[in-house]
Amino acid sequence: MEIVILILVFLMIVSAIAALIFKDLMNAVIASCVVSLIAAVLFYFLQAPDVAMAEAAIGAALVTGIFVIAVKRTKRFEE
Amino acid sequence: MRKLISLILLVIIAGGIVLSLKEIPFGISKIKIGDYYIKKGIEETGATNIVTSVVVSYRGFDTLGEITILFTAAIGLSAVLGTYRKRKAGEKVEPPSFIVKTGCRFLFPILLLVGAYIFIHGHLTPGGGFQGGAIIASAFLLMYLGCEGKRINENTSIVVEVLGALTFIVLGIIGLTIGKDFLFNFLPKGEPNTLLSAGIIPVIYIAIGFKVGSELAGIIDHLIEKNQ
Amino acid sequence: MNFLSEYIYYIGAFSLIFIGLFIVLAKKNLIKVIIGLSIVDTGINLFLITLGYIRGGTAPVFSKPGLKAENMVDPVPQALVLTAIVIGVAVLALALTLAIKLYKHYGTLNLRKIKEQKW
Repeated sequence: MEIVILILVFLMIVSAIAALIFKDLMNAVIASCVVSLIAAVLFYFLQAPDVAMAEAAIGAALVTGIFVIAVKRTKRFEE
Repeated sequence: MRKLISLILLVIIAGGIVLSLKEIPFGISKIKIGDYYIKKGIEETGATNIVTSVVVSYRGFDTLGEITILFTAAIGLSAVLGTYRKRKAGEKVEPPSFIVKTGCRFLFPILLLVGAYIFIHGHLTPGGGFQGGAIIASAFLLMYLGCEGKRINENTSIVVEVLGALTFIVLGIIGLTIGKDFLFNFLPKGEPNTLLSAGIIPVIYIAIGFKVGSELAGIIDHLIEKNQ
Repeated sequence: MNFLSEYIYYIGAFSLIFIGLFIVLAKKNLIKVIIGLSIVDTGINLFLITLGYIRGGTAPVFSKPGLKAENMVDPVPQALVLTAIVIGVAVLALALTLAIKLYKHYGTLNLRKIKEQKW
């Protein structure tokens, strides 16, 4: 159990750093989506099912959609 | 240079936080007011989900303020994007592939059903108006992905949104006239763990669900339509 | 190992907050800055929920008989975070709209090149 949480937190930090590094904004958006998704799983482990549901529906689906629309309407690559 | 300065700043802040966090142990009970809500929640509000009773009943006035913030953000978004709505000639949108189209058409009604289930059972199981509304809005996002040309009717979404907010406020004011305070639970509380229980809590959560769903779907509609 | 399992949630939450703050401070692209803000948002939510957790506790839902009130985690931070997430997405959409408008006006997302934004 503990080792699962350790791996999840490690993956979450790695994908946050990936969102920092990527030059392609679309990749950065997907990386931040992964951060939200893993945070939803951690909320479930912390006995907060209400918050986990909200985070999974909003953080992983809606926020990603809105970001993708915004990136499509502006420039994709960071100079 | 800029990166170095920011890094040094962050390291200083991190040091302070680590020093203060040593005093806060993990996993030890720090409950003060939450204890009262857990022990008295069922007999005072009738909702078995304590989070719901905190959001809608004990701190319902806060929730009203938060819904107002949501409304203000949506209004600001539509004001910034402008109101004109025309598609440039010659600029063609790429049609979605067969798999995306079929998947979206298959999932759209199921997602609507799941969202409705979640906000109707908000007082019994985990979930509620905010989560259900978000799931319904993501169903509409899927509709924009898969079915080109289809979009929500803007007037309908505004009417649903206003009715949701109005239900919340009217129920609160009725509570104010019947009982002593705003959002007083004037309906019978019923038996816990049944669908028709907890008085006005399910009614308010259904109203919040409709409001949040139409609000977020409207935001997506505004952002996408200007793209074309 | 003991230290790690004790403080792993705090480490995760504060790593997210600091990575997000670093993106906000050091990056030039406006969309990247908004991504950083959303990561800070997630980190703060995780920290608040972690503060309410009790070891071996159950979720604050009386869904079946036999659940004891003494063993439940704190419902107040959960209710707070629940609405904070929903407001977060609306404010994020507003920020992205402003970014799109700025791009239409200046033709760039680089914060150094936008004239009125020099730092």
